[in-house]
Amino acid sequence: MSILSLKSVSKSFGALTVTDDASFDVLQGQALGIIGPNGAGKSTLFNLITGNVRADGGSIHFEGRDVTRASAMERCLIGIGRSFQIPQPFEKLTVYENLLVAATHGRNLSEAIVRDDCADILERTELIRRANVPAGRLSLLERKRLELARAMATQPKLLLLDEIAGGLTEGECQALIRTIKDIHARGVTIIWIEHVLHALTSVVERLLVLDFGKVIGLGDPEEIMASREVQEIYLGIEV
Amino acid sequence: MAYSVTTQTPASRIAAIAGVILISLLIALPFFAGRGTIQDMFFILTMLVLAQFWNLLAGYGGLVSIGQQAFVGTGAYALFGVVILWGVDPVPAIFCAGIAALVIAVPTAFFAFRLNGAYFAIGTWVIAEVVRLLVAQWKMLGGGTGTSLPRDATRDMWFIESIESTLGLRSAAARDVLAYWLALVLALATIGGIYWLLRTRRGLALAAVRDNTEAAKSVGVDAGRMKWIVFLTSAFGTGLAGGLIYMQKARISPDAAFSVTDWTAYVIFIVVIGGIGTIEGPIIGVLVFFALQTLLADFGSWYLMTLGVLAVVVMLVAPRGLWGLLSEQTGLHLFPIRRRLTGGKLASSEE
Ligand SMILES: Nc1ncnc2c1ncn2[C@@H]1O[C@H](COP(=O)(O)OP(=O)(O)O)[C@@H](O)[C@H]1O
Ligand SMILES: [Mg+2]
Repeated sequence: MSILSLKSVSKSFGALTVTDDASFDVLQGQALGIIGPNGAGKSTLFNLITGNVRADGGSIHFEGRDVTRASAMERCLIGIGRSFQIPQPFEKLTVYENLLVAATHGRNLSEAIVRDDCADILERTELIRRANVPAGRLSLLERKRLELARAMATQPKLLLLDEIAGGLTEGECQALIRTIKDIHARGVTIIWIEHVLHALTSVVERLLVLDFGKVIGLGDPEEIMASREVQEIYLGIEV
Repeated sequence: MAYSVTTQTPASRIAAIAGVILISLLIALPFFAGRGTIQDMFFILTMLVLAQFWNLLAGYGGLVSIGQQAFVGTGAYALFGVVILWGVDPVPAIFCAGIAALVIAVPTAFFAFRLNGAYFAIGTWVIAEVVRLLVAQWKMLGGGTGTSLPRDATRDMWFIESIESTLGLRSAAARDVLAYWLALVLALATIGGIYWLLRTRRGLALAAVRDNTEAAKSVGVDAGRMKWIVFLTSAFGTGLAGGLIYMQKARISPDAAFSVTDWTAYVIFIVVIGGIGTIEGPIIGVLVFFALQTLLADFGSWYLMTLGVLAVVVMLVAPRGLWGLLSEQTGLHLFPIRRRLTGGKLASSEE
């Protein structure tokens, strides 16, 4: 069963077409990777799915429901969670409070009920020792972890991750892969945009290639990576 | 070990005890203080209420309004209206003042929420001017020159008789005491109410919207609703304060009741000097403001210029205000809202 379905979705910023007639389905429980050059429109695709940007045309269905015109808040409440490529923490709130906002509002529960869940997520994302530090004082690496942790706190059915592995050491990257695999193992559907290909392919079952806003490939990661279009785009970039 | 959450700090416990003592003293003040002191305290408390609500709007809601005089004036005129035209007692009429401000706030919000940043600020000011011009046309309430509360209405107000006999005061002084006590109740309810709000999950949402609206929406926060809640609450409270201020003055005119200097500029000064985005800030700010006013009141325009220069200096040197400076140095919070996670893996070593 498909949890997310995009049909002919398009988006332009002025004369620039950033999403060009994108259609694809994501199956329940699947992990989909998205690759493509910088500026291909990957983050915009996420913004369209989460409602932070409105589509010019086409339709987006989540669990069979038309959410094309739903607000970002509504989409969060029905189970779409996300991280931002450029971290967007609530700077004056502590790390723990950042998760509290997400857990209490994203799940509509009281602070007392979500406390242990939030603490658990902070442990899993290795932020627990920074729990009482204002998010504005975190390093970039910690901010990226907070993006993941905060998205997890809304307890999404579909989790969108936008380039959270960049700049990690090999050890940190392995830890992140374990965390994401663990989330996936709990039944969460994942779409992950990532330039760190070995991290991506160790998690995802399907790969989507985006170029100039167009879906130019979708399928088994190995076949996709071996295809001529992808080789052309990634020529010179390590695979 | 299990996790737990606390907002209290040792300083906040001491502050709570000191607060109880202070409140008792303030309640008892009319029994030992003269009329001049009572009037000064009335001024301080009502300005504090206005400052707390502007701080809620701008400091927590990110809504920088320069049109709060719309709600002071509307509240004040509503009080005069129901007292003069319907014969309502001035004390319950204060409640009507709040309601009237709320009613004006709804169309104001519909208009102003379409605007962003500086345009929002200007929009609120324009609306306040429009309301002032409309009220000045209201001939039954004195038009542009204004009017006074009828003598029998002020003489027979609720509680006046018992205050007169208990404190052995004449009618005018008893009215000041009544106004002072009402102002004290309003100020305590305002601070208590805002503190309560900030400690609920709505308060978290408010802070999240202020820090990053787009991210707040993406974690399920209803940012639009938070803005409405803050705007309407502020309007209601500001209207109550407006009604109370003019009940005490017993005389009103559109220019005074809708004064942008008195009800917005001074209020912004208080919040900025004291520290925006904190409950403590406006309390410090109003005391500084009162001290300056007492010292410099005779110097006319020099007074305003001093306020302006001081505000600019504070904004440059200490953008978080005097309280911000103090709490940064000492880590002091009298109204702590930060949720501290303790126990579990945090029990042994903590940063
Ligand atoms: N809000 C916006 N307004 C205007 N242009 C935008 C906006 N967001 C993205 N773009 C442009 O759209 C293109 C795709 O951006 P993006 O989706 O961030 O690509 P990617 O994530 O694949 O690097 C870029 O050229 C970018 O400059
Ligand atoms: Mg991107």
